[in-house]
Amino acid sequence: MPQRRKQSLSPHERVNEMTRIGSIAFHTFKESVRERVLYNLIVFALLMIGAAILFASISVGVDQIILVNLGLTSISVFGLLMAIFIGIGLVSKEIERKTVYVILSKPVARAEFIVGKYVGLLFTLLVNTSIMTAGFYLALLYQKRGLEWHDLTALAAIYFILLELALVVGLALLFSCLSTPILSAVYTFCLFVIGNLLSDVRWFGEESASAVLRKATALVYYLLPNFGNFNVITQVAHGEAVPGYLLVANSCYALLYITVLVSGAILIFEEREFR
Amino acid sequence: MMLAIETIDLTKDYRFGFWRKHSKRALDSLNLQIEAGQVFGLLGPNGAGKTTTLTLLLRLIFPTRGTARILGTSFEDRAVRARLGYLPENPYLYDHLTPEELLNYVGELFGLPAALRRSRVGELIEQLGLAESRKVPLRKFSKGMVQRTAIAQALMNDPEVIFLDEPMSGLDPLGRREVRDLILGLKARGKTVFFSTHILSDAETLCDQVAILSRGRLQGCGDLHKILRLEVSSTEVLLEDPAPAAMAELQPHAASVVRTGDWVRLEIPEEHEVPKILEIALRHGVRVVSLSPVKMSLEDFFLAKVSASRDATKEEAVPLPS
Repeated sequence: MPQRRKQSLSPHERVNEMTRIGSIAFHTFKESVRERVLYNLIVFALLMIGAAILFASISVGVDQIILVNLGLTSISVFGLLMAIFIGIGLVSKEIERKTVYVILSKPVARAEFIVGKYVGLLFTLLVNTSIMTAGFYLALLYQKRGLEWHDLTALAAIYFILLELALVVGLALLFSCLSTPILSAVYTFCLFVIGNLLSDVRWFGEESASAVLRKATALVYYLLPNFGNFNVITQVAHGEAVPGYLLVANSCYALLYITVLVSGAILIFEEREFR
Repeated sequence: MMLAIETIDLTKDYRFGFWRKHSKRALDSLNLQIEAGQVFGLLGPNGAGKTTTLTLLLRLIFPTRGTARILGTSFEDRAVRARLGYLPENPYLYDHLTPEELLNYVGELFGLPAALRRSRVGELIEQLGLAESRKVPLRKFSKGMVQRTAIAQALMNDPEVIFLDEPMSGLDPLGRREVRDLILGLKARGKTVFFSTHILSDAETLCDQVAILSRGRLQGCGDLHKILRLEVSSTEVLLEDPAPAAMAELQPHAASVVRTGDWVRLEIPEEHEVPKILEIALRHGVRVVSLSPVKMSLEDFFLAKVSASRDATKEEAVPLPS
């Protein structure tokens, strides 16, 4: 059995811990924003939001619903693509290119590396989502010739999209510690799709006569990340407010799940050997 | 004298196969003691376990058995890495960064204050001849320039112990010379340099001590000059145009006879035969041009140890009774 590692840190080292995580996060962000694919996706997202104006203009009476629906869906879909494309390369690319040798031979804990990478990509997604949000509100402003207070409810939907993306990045991070970039992308995407259908999976289970199936679907429902909870786009498009308890519940759910995913990634990464 | 590096029974097995049921021993009970301030060379052919040793010491892989101490501290203590520098073999660096950005990043990871970082970056960029390319992304660099940048990042924290894995690889003769000077400069400043190489001339030029690895096993370790002096293999006698009668008498005492023009070189394996050779030469009036003990070169030592290790491995591989 390989020997377990012990870590003893001086108080000074503890102080440096946050600096190192910040530095890794900053460089991850810097590396991400130099990815050309990112700019292509942002341009496509902005084009889609622009196209939403066109669709809205030919939809009599429901123009705002169409615009909000299409605009927020574009932010969600392109955000998801960015999260998967960049997220899967987070760790596996570092291992493949052996750049991880240079970092881990320094006084950097493996956990710091993983957390730094995660925070860096989260920040990248935050910046990109902000750009897309600005595009969305510009489109809304153009169509309505002015903004009202209740238009800000779309921000709740965008916040949920961000939570969803944070979860997706957590999944991508976990898989990229385990597998190749392509397989990580496939696993992440599959879990995202399944996670959006979890309510249906549970409904099928409950309708079934088999007790085993009922328990199995309930287990899957509670175990896998439920992305369906984060989708309030239709509600927001129809002008319905997002209840406060949902904001709190979704935030807690995402935080808990992300903690589990990042901890899992750290545990796997702690055991990995680089040769 | 303080030990900079000490390995105790350091062993590494690599597991492979779908269920990881098979294993191959890459390093077998390595025991080394390296004094501070020395240049230590780890020699061995490809697959000998040199990189395994280095990556074990840097905790990039974990030992199956055994332990190590670096600068008096357990190698498991992450804090000790703040006092180490490491150049990986064929280094891969972040190619979107410039040397200046990379060194700054590395300085941040070491927790160096901004002012110190700036001065170290400036010094190292000058020292390693990167001044003209300091703002050029690494993806545009030649292999030699990448190697220089990688060496610079290994020295960013002014380390006490520097691990260099094949530091001369990819460098042109001028670059090799510069790295050699750099290693000697580090030694002059009291640093400990631990480097792996299969280029024996580099080890001969630089090392105070060497260890020879073959198939994961230590074949020999010690003071380089002692190894070479103690292992005197034979005596070479150079004679000028000996007559056939003299040659007939001399030949039985020599392990080899090589004639080049008028000169004949005799290799005498046993030292006590040398006076007899001289007596025959004088009796036949042959001029003795030179007489010199043939010291084993590092290359000979290396080859002898490696082939002995291979023979031992063959002997061990006795087929199991059916």
